[in-house]
Amino acid sequence: MTTATDAVQPGETPVLEAVGVTKRYGDLTVVDDVSLRVRAGETISLLGPSGAGKSSFLRCLNLLEPFDEGHVFLDGELLGYRPHRGRLRELSDRQLNRQRRHIGMVFQQFNLFAHKTVLENLVEAPIGVLGVDAEVARKEARDLLDQVGLADKEHVYPAQLSGGQQQRVAIARALAMHPKVMLFDEPTSALDPELVSEVLDVMKSLAASGMTMVVVTHEIGFAREVCDRFVFMERGAVVEVGAGASLAVDQVTHERTRAFLSRVL
Amino acid sequence: MTTPIPTTAPTPADVIGMRRSKPLPVLRTVYAVVIVVAVLAVLRSLAGNEALDWPTVREYFFDPAVMEGLRRTLVITVLAIVIAIVLGVVVANMRLSKNPVLRGSSWTYVWFFRSIPLLVLLVLAYNLSLVYPEITISIPFGPELFSTSTQDLVSPMVAAVAAFGLQQAAYTSEVLRASIQSVPVGQREAAAALGMSHARTMWRIVLPQAMRVAIPPVANETINLLKATSLVAFISVPDLLYSVQQIYSSTFQVVPLLLVATLWYMVIVSVLSGLQYLIERRLRRAPGRRTARPTAVAELADKELS
Repeated sequence: MTTATDAVQPGETPVLEAVGVTKRYGDLTVVDDVSLRVRAGETISLLGPSGAGKSSFLRCLNLLEPFDEGHVFLDGELLGYRPHRGRLRELSDRQLNRQRRHIGMVFQQFNLFAHKTVLENLVEAPIGVLGVDAEVARKEARDLLDQVGLADKEHVYPAQLSGGQQQRVAIARALAMHPKVMLFDEPTSALDPELVSEVLDVMKSLAASGMTMVVVTHEIGFAREVCDRFVFMERGAVVEVGAGASLAVDQVTHERTRAFLSRVL
Repeated sequence: MTTPIPTTAPTPADVIGMRRSKPLPVLRTVYAVVIVVAVLAVLRSLAGNEALDWPTVREYFFDPAVMEGLRRTLVITVLAIVIAIVLGVVVANMRLSKNPVLRGSSWTYVWFFRSIPLLVLLVLAYNLSLVYPEITISIPFGPELFSTSTQDLVSPMVAAVAAFGLQQAAYTSEVLRASIQSVPVGQREAAAALGMSHARTMWRIVLPQAMRVAIPPVANETINLLKATSLVAFISVPDLLYSVQQIYSSTFQVVPLLLVATLWYMVIVSVLSGLQYLIERRLRRAPGRRTARPTAVAELADKELS
């Protein structure tokens, strides 16, 4: 049984599952009891006005941001903690890094390593963290660069690339770790308008290839066309979850989602 | 037969085809002349000045005692700056640690060694045997492993290297801390998201980028340290300055011998400055500006030529 709010089949383990994730800054609750189950191969968009807590929630998913309540599971494995004598004990940094390498992250500001060439950016973690043979890693990195349309840029430094090119390198860098899921934090918000589509195209083909993706975005068109489901958030809480294709003012069910869409469409 | 100056504002028809010229830079010329004259005057007063006694300068410039002093100055400087950088990296990282005890001890270290005048520290290190007559390595509250008298272990050279190294580490750690913090936090987040450990992130991602920021101030400090080492005269280490002082105390050729030392300091500082330039140029290559520019120029040239 597949519904718009939860596509996970009975007996199936979701690739990524968040249960009641809550994050507070003092009195301010920026992520309020958010739960989400992401099925293998699904693409999910997180929508909402700025300050809705979408990015904070996304950063909780790979534990870049510590949160106060709730749990995140990757392929059924609890992230960041392990049960120990009836309590949840924090994992060591080493164990945390071991879990994080399975989650790819793409940032709004690209965050490419400025002192390394494009190719060095791609092979740094596979060689240093996964222990992949350098030649193998380089070959794979070249294949990935080819996939994102930047095969000729391997010896160039990030500062010499356009924003769109940098973001495509950043996507390739995350893919080089063979992640189980890819998180995108407003990947096109820092780009000049004419560069947005080249990044969205890469993401589109990535989704088509079966990658599991969670995307914080303001690109409603992309969310409607590419994403299986959307999650609309406001003030830290989930307001509505629905099928991506139903992202239109006259099709969403919640009043606040409708108000948001009519503002941005 | 000159073109009459138009009395009204020039129209496009008037100005098209005219060549451009610049007004005479009157003030700039005046400044330049004044400076050149002043420099020439100073040079002449030095060149023809008997008191400088250039033949004596030449005579002592490569004197064995001066060479030996120069060697000591260099040894102290190099060892001290190596200690300062290695220890500085450690102290800076302690300061940025999550552990409050490490943060606190780092802060205390910097506070302590910045508070003591360098000369006092130097003399204290030299007289360490008055405070601790013996130095003993042992298992805490357990048996002794090694023991020696402080006077044997802490020679004046060791005292000098320790004093300069420890104090410089306090200053250098602050420079390094600021450089590390100048690396955008996104670089660290990206590394964490890729599963890189703290140590690996620091070593492979943060420090290489922090170094670009740190090189000019660290070079500054090295040059400063080089000249500060002349304080070792107070603990009778015959460095560059002290060895020329020893010579002129018997020959009374004060000015020429001070010139010998000065010229040597200038030579080393020049070498250090050149080194700094080379390192900066090498590090600047990374973000690509140097290679970007020729490409842009080439593109422009292509356009112009086609």
